Amino acid sequence: MTTRIERQARPDSLLLNMGPSHPAMHGTIRIMLELDGERVLASEVEVGYLHRGFEKTCENKTWFNLLIYTDRLNYVSPLINNLGYVMAVEKLCGLKVPERAQTIRVLMSELSRVSDHLTALAAMAMESGAFTVFLYKMKAREFLWDVIEQTTGARMTTSYIRVGGVRADLDRDYAAACRKAVAETRKVLKDVHGLLDKNAIFLDRTRDIAVMSREDAVSYGWTGPCLRSTGIPYDVRKARPYLNYDSLDFEIPVGERGDNFDRYMVRMKEMDQSLRLIEQCVGLLEKMPAAPTTDPAESLPPAEAIRLARRQKPVRAVALSPNLAGSGKNVQADIYAQAPGFVLPPKDETYTTMEGLINHFQYFMKGHGIRPPKGEAYCSVEGGNGELGYYIVSDGTDRPYRLHLRAPCFHVVAALEQLIRGRMIADIIPTFGSMNMIGGELDR
Amino acid sequence: MEEEKILDALRQACPDAVLSAEVSLGDAVAVIRADSLAAVAAFLRGAPLRTDMLLDLTCVHFPERPEAFEMVYHFLSLETQSRLRVKAGLPAENPTIASLTGMWKNASLLEREVYDMFGVRFEGHPDLRRLLLYDGFEGHPLRKDYPLRKRQPLIPLRKAETK
Repeated sequence: MTTRIERQARPDSLLLNMGPSHPAMHGTIRIMLELDGERVLASEVEVGYLHRGFEKTCENKTWFNLLIYTDRLNYVSPLINNLGYVMAVEKLCGLKVPERAQTIRVLMSELSRVSDHLTALAAMAMESGAFTVFLYKMKAREFLWDVIEQTTGARMTTSYIRVGGVRADLDRDYAAACRKAVAETRKVLKDVHGLLDKNAIFLDRTRDIAVMSREDAVSYGWTGPCLRSTGIPYDVRKARPYLNYDSLDFEIPVGERGDNFDRYMVRMKEMDQSLRLIEQCVGLLEKMPAAPTTDPAESLPPAEAIRLARRQKPVRAVALSPNLAGSGKNVQADIYAQAPGFVLPPKDETYTTMEGLINHFQYFMKGHGIRPPKGEAYCSVEGGNGELGYYIVSDGTDRPYRLHLRAPCFHVVAALEQLIRGRMIADIIPTFGSMNMIGGELDR
Repeated sequence: MEEEKILDALRQACPDAVLSAEVSLGDAVAVIRADSLAAVAAFLRGAPLRTDMLLDLTCVHFPERPEAFEMVYHFLSLETQSRLRVKAGLPAENPTIASLTGMWKNASLLEREVYDMFGVRFEGHPDLRRLLLYDGFEGHPLRKDYPLRKRQPLIPLRKAETK
């Protein structure tokens, strides 16, 4: 089977494979190049090396179970991927999420956005030779992931944002950890600005390289930082505010030329805005009344509670295991929508009441659980790479009839062939880096 | 209401094409006749709606319906921030619809993906091949009649080419 480029290539040109596993390109993608010396005459991008059948798998999983697959789409900002799916289901079901849960979701989205941008730019800088920048950014990402790990229990595959709310309330020490992460990230961003903004090597490889016009960016369906680098201030958080973004104060940085450097700069400036949002969310959450806490020494161990509950409901609270911390009855109303059947009942209810036990089993039993009404919904959030949309068709059963993901970097990568045409081989690396191709969401 | 206005404009401009138009869960949704997709898309691109972005393009398989494949297009106008979902049904036998590659550049890859996953053909697509799967893959996996755990035959090793 010959590829398009093999059929169309000039007889005197050289055909060269770049990828699918290339050390300077993160992610598995194959670029077939037709070269004249070091100049790229034409190219053909082949995607699909990381195709795992995400959409087919989702059609065969229950609404609750498929959440974990959304973590694996964009593995640097899994929380935003959780959020997009969960919001599409909530749109179908018509659930109202309490304010505290919404603010936690914004906080988590912005932490993820910063770590997403940090990773993208770290890889871009490293591939252009700036290894120090890479290490600095990875350091900042660790602080952000500490906050995420503290609350969700995982660094990457979080599955934290659930239909109707969030899995658990924030960790008790989240505010201090957030402040520390914000301060450390600001320091790193300042260092990186100093290392790269006027760095001749970096500028040579990014300034006026791979320029995208506004018309083409729109025609390719670009969204997110890549679209904004061309000067179009489109951001889902402003255009169609979801959660409580409309009550928060942030700006949309835009670029002018749409080249590699602008894509770098827009991401850098967006991180500043996201850090501002994190601070605002922490401020808002601190003002909200905290749920009453129970003394662990006073509470019953689960086995004891179950034994006592056979006769009558115990008065003392149940001591939940550490992996259920923050999801007890006392915080349920703050972090979950009041929608029985759509959200998981608190574990202490399951241990001590018959209704709780029945609800728990019904939630997970085949044919029961979350069953959105018949219909279809498209819901989008601003992901790290742009508009992350879920199109879901429900037939009223316990699993989606069809789930389609609008992956933002799919549209960005579609323009790669055009961007590198006529450029040198060395230009491919920073161009590819500035696009932030994420194999997980590109190939699904 | 913004969504109603878009649908009214579409109804007036292409009365023969629009089969139904309604607001569903806050989204404007229009069902059109499949053969008039190119005309509808051309209208959407021009004034007054100026839909400049093809957000998404996908397909849903309903094997029990006479129009077994439902194409779903999501459009966005950056100028007015309005969105529109356009759906068109295609028959089970030889599903074919016009390609939008001439109007939106990302349509090329999106249509290849739908061809790959559903076997829908796009008239006028310059290079309709599989996108995510490989040449030699049998069947179209997102069709409902494709079993979840179906095994694919091994593809034979390629002979080394000698010049």
